[in-house]
Order: sequence, then structure tokens, then C-alpha cells
Amino acid sequence: MVGSSLGGFLSGSILAGTPLLYATLGEVISERAGMINLGLEGVMLMGAVVGFSTTVNTGNAVLGVFAAALAGALFNMVFGFLVIGRRANQLASGLALMFCGVGLSALLGATYIGSQIKGLNEIRIPFLSDIPAIGTILFHYDILVYLVVPMAILVWWALFYTRWGLSLRAVGENPAAAFAAGKNPYLLQYQALFIAGLLGGIAGADLSLAVARTWAEWMTAGRGFVAVALVIFSKWHPLRAIAGALLFGGAIALQLQMQARGLPVSPFLLDMLPYLLSLGVLAVWGGARRHTVPASLGQVFQGTE
Amino acid sequence: MDKKGSSIASAFLVILISLVTVLIFNFTGWASAQPKLKVGILHIGSTADAGYNQAHAEGVQAMKRNLPTVELIEVENVPEGADAERVMENMIRQGAKLIIPASFGYLDPALRVAKKYPDVKFEHPGGYKLAPNLGTYWASTPEAFYLMGIAAGKTTKTNKLGYVVALPISFFLANVNAFHLGAQSVNPKVETRVVFTGTFLDPGKEATAANALLDQGIDVLGVIVDSPITVVQAAEKRAAFSVGYHYIGVQKFAPKGWISGIAFTWGELYTRFAKQVMGGTWKSEALLGNLASDYLTVAPFGPAVPADAIKLVNVKKQEFISGKLNVFQGPIKDNKGVERVKAGEAFPVANVGKMDWLVEGIIGQAK
Repeated sequence: MVGSSLGGFLSGSILAGTPLLYATLGEVISERAGMINLGLEGVMLMGAVVGFSTTVNTGNAVLGVFAAALAGALFNMVFGFLVIGRRANQLASGLALMFCGVGLSALLGATYIGSQIKGLNEIRIPFLSDIPAIGTILFHYDILVYLVVPMAILVWWALFYTRWGLSLRAVGENPAAAFAAGKNPYLLQYQALFIAGLLGGIAGADLSLAVARTWAEWMTAGRGFVAVALVIFSKWHPLRAIAGALLFGGAIALQLQMQARGLPVSPFLLDMLPYLLSLGVLAVWGGARRHTVPASLGQVFQGTE
Repeated sequence: MDKKGSSIASAFLVILISLVTVLIFNFTGWASAQPKLKVGILHIGSTADAGYNQAHAEGVQAMKRNLPTVELIEVENVPEGADAERVMENMIRQGAKLIIPASFGYLDPALRVAKKYPDVKFEHPGGYKLAPNLGTYWASTPEAFYLMGIAAGKTTKTNKLGYVVALPISFFLANVNAFHLGAQSVNPKVETRVVFTGTFLDPGKEATAANALLDQGIDVLGVIVDSPITVVQAAEKRAAFSVGYHYIGVQKFAPKGWISGIAFTWGELYTRFAKQVMGGTWKSEALLGNLASDYLTVAPFGPAVPADAIKLVNVKKQEFISGKLNVFQGPIKDNKGVERVKAGEAFPVANVGKMDWLVEGIIGQAK
């Protein structure tokens, strides 16, 4: 029983943390390019609804994931047009994008509420999934769970070990210098937002196609904002984001597991656990963050004339 | 034409077109035959949620089938507060004479609008306040949950039952208590675990909560949130049984593991409201139905429920209706060991609003 409880807690953390990690990775890329996108919640919702409706119509959840990624990316281009094309304030544009995503996804999803889908298939890892207790709980996930850590490594590699990543980070630090070095800051920022949108869309699809297997209005329930906070928490680093997402997903899973196990703690108190944990970690790590913020985060690059 | 001139001209054109449109609409509306009654209903969520909202929506649709002269104004996703007031006033301007603000949180907005329009009647579900033109209606559910407990207690193989519940409020605690007492009456070994998600709608969290319960070896999962789809599907996926709530058509989400559910079937009640308003016999009252009412229904049973359980549920249902059986018949201890109902006494179902404890045998925290 102890083994299966631990397994249940781990599997709950992983399932709750996966959509958070995809969204956080997307936001890391966009913030590394100097743009803070509070509209991530809306991007996730667009991914969730387009992924779900595509799956209902085609019966193919993998196709749903691709459609969701594309929808998230295209929706993020609206943000790009506002903050890059029209040089609008990023915080205001992000909030507008969030509310637009909430409304648009509700409109698109209205006819799909109550639809049934099969969702993403579980893939069992041979041998490992046959280990009693732990194996049966830990090694049968959908494809998005298995891909999320490789995705974090890929993002890390792309940001820190490619010329493109260097240019992208240069834009986030000092766009004028990047421009002087022959880079096109606008193009790089659009690219960053497109990839961030792909990842945000996948995060939403994970929620609607794998975790809940249903569509409901505003089903992200604040996870987009949690992801924005996790970016700060992970100091704009894709690999630290893995720990952040697991920790936060773990806190959600832990409080529900503790209730199911009958621990004598008030459910109201347990509901605060994820946020108390975040506060605690931020309080401990707070001081060291100053040097890691992309220097031009949130600022509008006005050109060099 | 210069730029400024053309924009002024186009602005005039827009105003002219909208004026004409408004006039035409008003004129045709005035000229066409007046319907006997316009009914306005506000929903807090989507009417396809297979839950709370769909039950109300199908209720007014049934009313419309019964009374073809009734015209319906239906608005989904209305936030509680000032928005709800505006929607209600808009419905009244369109001629609605009966308004159903179908969410608990619409009570205060509805009372404010009701005061302004004394000739319009309001029926509010599950409220606790009345006005001369605002009545309230609901059905007492603990008896029905007790019956679900009987079915679950007879169907379970692990003797472990679970409930995913939005918040630990008294009515929900009473329902889970009744469910457990029903299960215990046929299966003394049974235990019930309850997990509160802290919100009425977060499918991701509901799935995590359902899995947390299933990890504890539970094989019957019940649910009290706005939309039961996520939890019922999670149970079905892991080959557990499920018990529904609110809407009668949840079985399709769990064809194998479905036990039964408690459903609100508002159609006949809404038909009566509409007839009363049309006939001028409507009066403000607080209706509280029970298993004898046509608006509280035990949903069809699934294939997994043994025949003797179905038979027993029907017997006990009649005993509740005739008043022979009480849900909260003493002695009852809570799960902290405190005696809550003395032997020979019964906790009145009408008082469940004061219930802030969980009965012995339930694993969970009431506050």
C-alpha cells in the first residue's frame, strides 16, 4: 500500500505537472526574447479547444495535438502583432490576449461541451510497466508525458548551444546591440512567440486530451498564470523549469492524495499548499534572481534610428 | 472626398442603418401575434455540461414542448452579479413575465430586479429568501443519496467508496453522509473516502482527485461538481463504478461501470410554473420536493448493479416516501467520535443546512 500510494503521488504529480511544464517552456522562450506574455492562459485555452474539437471531428487525438500546437502558435501571433508590430505595452496586450482567448475558446467550444473522445492512448513501457505497484502506476502514460522532459532538454540546447538561441537571448538582453550585430530583433521575437505558442497550445491539448479528456470553458483555471510564475521560479532556465513544474504539480497532487488518504488536515488549508510552497521557495531564492532576468524584458524595442 | 469628410459620412450611414433596423424590428415585434408567455432563463455555465445546467436547460425545453405557446429566452454563461441583473432586465424589456435565474448566486441580483418589476414573476432554485414575486424551489437530496449508497454498497467489490466533492458545504456533507449510511445499511464493512477540489469547475483537478481516490483501492466513485463528465470518465477508464448527480443522461460517459445517479428533471415543475403565471394563480412559495416529486428522479441503473440491489432501492424509496424511514436515524457518531444523533432520535432532513460533520466510517475532513 505504501508503494502504490507513493506511486500514485508521483503519477499524480507528473500528470498535473506536464501541462505546466509545456506552458512554462514556451514562456521561457518568449521571455528570453524580451517579451513577457500574460496571455499564455488564453493560448492554452485555444490549444485545448482546438485540440479537443479536432479530436472529436477526426477521431485522432495525435492530429488534435498538432492542431492545438498550430492554433496556439497562430493565436500568439496576435500578441506578436501587438507588441512587435504595433509596439504596444506587453502587460496590457497580454491581458487582452488572455481575455480574448477565454471568450474565443468558449465560443469555439460551445458545441463540443459534453462530446466524448478516446483521448491520447497510453503507451506502456515494456518490462518497466510490469514492475508490481510502482511500475503499473508509473510507466503507462500518454506520449505527451514522455516527450515533455526531452522537450525541456531540446529547448535548453536550442537556447544555449545554438547560434539562433544566442541571437534570441541577445535580443532579450539588448535588442539594439543584437541589431547592430546584424540580427533582426523583430524576426527573432516573432519566431520566439511562434514556438512559445506551439508549446502553449500543446499544454492546453494535454489538459483536454490526456488529463481531463473533456472540454469545459476556462478549463485551464489559472494554469497559464502559474506557468508565468514558474518561469521566474526557474530563473528563466528550461531545465530548472522541470523541477518547478514537478514541484507545483506535486503540490496539487499531494494535497488531493493527502485528502484521499484521510490525513487530519483541513481541506481549505491543503488547498493553499501549492501557493504556500511557491511563496516559500520564492522567499528563499528571491535574492539571487536579480541577475538572471533578461535585461530588456517587457521593454519595447523602438528601432535604432 | 477628403478623409475626414468620408469618415463623417460613413458614421452617419452607420447610425442611419441602425436606426432603421431598430425601427423595423420594433415594428414587426409589435405587429406580430403576442405569445401567451415569455419565459427567461439564465444559466451560470454551458447547457451541454451533462450536469447542473443541462438539467435546467432540458427542463425549460420540456416546458416548451408541453406548452407550445410559451416563448423562451435562454442565456448561457451569465456571471453572477451586475451582469445577471442586466440580462434579467433585458429579458423583461423583451416581454418576459417569468424569469428563472438558475444559479444559487443569482439570488441577490434577482431580488433587486424583482423589486423593480413587481408584475414579473421569478423562480429561483435552491435559495433561502422569498419576495412577493419571487419564489424558490429545490428538492431535498439526502434520501436519494441514501438509495445510491444502497446500490453502491451492494455493487462494490473492494468495500471502498469515494466521492469527489467541490466544497465542504453542509448540503454536500449531508449528501455524502446519506450515501455512506445507505451503503453501510447493506454492507457494514464499507468505508467512504471524500476529496474536496475547492472549486465547482476544474476538470484537470477533478481528474487528479479521482485518480488519487482510485489509487486508494476505491471501486465506486461519486461526484458533486458542476459537470460530472471528468470524474465519471476517470472511473470508467480504470474499470471502477460510478454514481452520477444532477443530470439524467450521464450514463453514456460510463456505459460499463455506471451504477445510477440522482437527477433533477425540472420539466413538469417548469410547466406548472408557466401555467400558473399564465392563469394568474402563481404565488410566491418555497417548494422543497423529495423522492415523491416528479422533479427528483433516480436515473436508470447500469448493467453492474445486482438485481436484489435494484429491488431494495425501490422498497426503500417507498419507505422514504411514506415516512417510514429516516436517513439520519440515531445513533450516529461523526468521524471524530462525537455523538451527533442520539439513539431513538432522527436528524431532520430539513435541517441539513446545519450539518457540519461527516459520519463515522467516512474518511475526510468536514472543515
